[in-house]
Amino acid sequence: MSGVDRRHVLQGALAAVGAAVLGAAFAQVEGKPRVIELTARRFAYEPNEIALKAAERVVIAIRSLDFIHGMNLPDLGMRLDLVPGRVTRLELHPKAPGVIDFVCDNFCGDGHEEMHGRFVVSA
Amino acid sequence: MQRRDFLALTAFGGGAVFASSLAGCASQAQGMPNGYKDFYFVQLSDTHWGFQGPANPDAAVTLRKAVATANALATQPDFIVFTGDLTHTTDDPVERRRRLAEFKSIVADLKVKTVRFMPGEHDASLDRGAAYKELFGETFYTFDHKGVHFIAIDNVSDPGAKLGDEQLAWLRADLAARDKNAPIVVLAHRPLFDLAPKWDWATRDGAQAIELLMPHSNVTVFYGHIHQEHHHMTGHIAHHSAKSLIFPLPAPGSQEKRTPLPWDASAPYKGLGFREVEAEDAGTTLKVTEFPVVRA
Repeated sequence: MSGVDRRHVLQGALAAVGAAVLGAAFAQVEGKPRVIELTARRFAYEPNEIALKAAERVVIAIRSLDFIHGMNLPDLGMRLDLVPGRVTRLELHPKAPGVIDFVCDNFCGDGHEEMHGRFVVSA
Repeated sequence: MQRRDFLALTAFGGGAVFASSLAGCASQAQGMPNGYKDFYFVQLSDTHWGFQGPANPDAAVTLRKAVATANALATQPDFIVFTGDLTHTTDDPVERRRRLAEFKSIVADLKVKTVRFMPGEHDASLDRGAAYKELFGETFYTFDHKGVHFIAIDNVSDPGAKLGDEQLAWLRADLAARDKNAPIVVLAHRPLFDLAPKWDWATRDGAQAIELLMPHSNVTVFYGHIHQEHHHMTGHIAHHSAKSLIFPLPAPGSQEKRTPLPWDASAPYKGLGFREVEAEDAGTTLKVTEFPVVRA
């Protein structure tokens, strides 16, 4: 993806990202966004590549199984702590095609460096 | 600094010289108090003792070879600093302590007996520095050497790569006692600036540390973590990362993952090494020279 494309999608996503962790109140939001479940465990996100559609509003429901993993989305300027026993919800609303990378930023052991993922937004 | 030694080292090591001008050396040095003397120190980093894998099939002896090379320096440095990731991480607290102790035993063979240690996330993040402290003491501290003030900071014991409020307050208090023109060297493991956040090459609250350092005109940061030489400026502050002594990593952000560069059997230890830092001009000019693990 070109730099221009990346900037475009990120600007769109930034405009639409609401509170990082929406909690139980999210169910009351209008429009019923698609909910995508994601699991974090040493040393991977599952799935680690998630396809989204531009202009689609989604909620990523994240469960950590074994550690307070991080989820840093540097291009969006936001990060989350994924506490085991909780569901952490991330709302995304990308406006244009592109890629949004994320990475664990809480050192979790031998394999931490492999703990990456990305959202791939298509038209 | 003994120029003859510096030149001799360059000759056998083929290392590049990088002059880190600490903001207009000569003119600023004029205002310095007396007592500054030229000297040099050696930085070694990211030895990852205990690592096993194809990225370095020679891992069991690489550190010992680096120690031997440092011991062969014609003129020994005033001191040596290890900027973190002394050991490769393990979940087993007993094994962690065994690796730290073994590392300590190996580097005890260094001729130079003034050796400063710092933790990396591989040493300290899984137990918030507990094992490291047992064997090496505090994870952040200061010392002064021939007129240069050294500040070793800990951006790894918190698994979230934070200095934290307590350490930032400590840093603020320490800097408040310094002349604004005094030469200051900051030692860290992770980069204090956002080098490549998508690879977790950053310090979460590093910008606050840089903000505290900015009023000081002669500040240089030496760090490790990224297993390669890299030079960056945040305003007038120079940041220099060191090569590792286990395996090199790709250029920041150059590919999707920060996987080690493959071992090159035709050129063992390629991309690995250590450096000397030569302090001149009353500590306001630091010259960096890179050296390989073994002599050619």
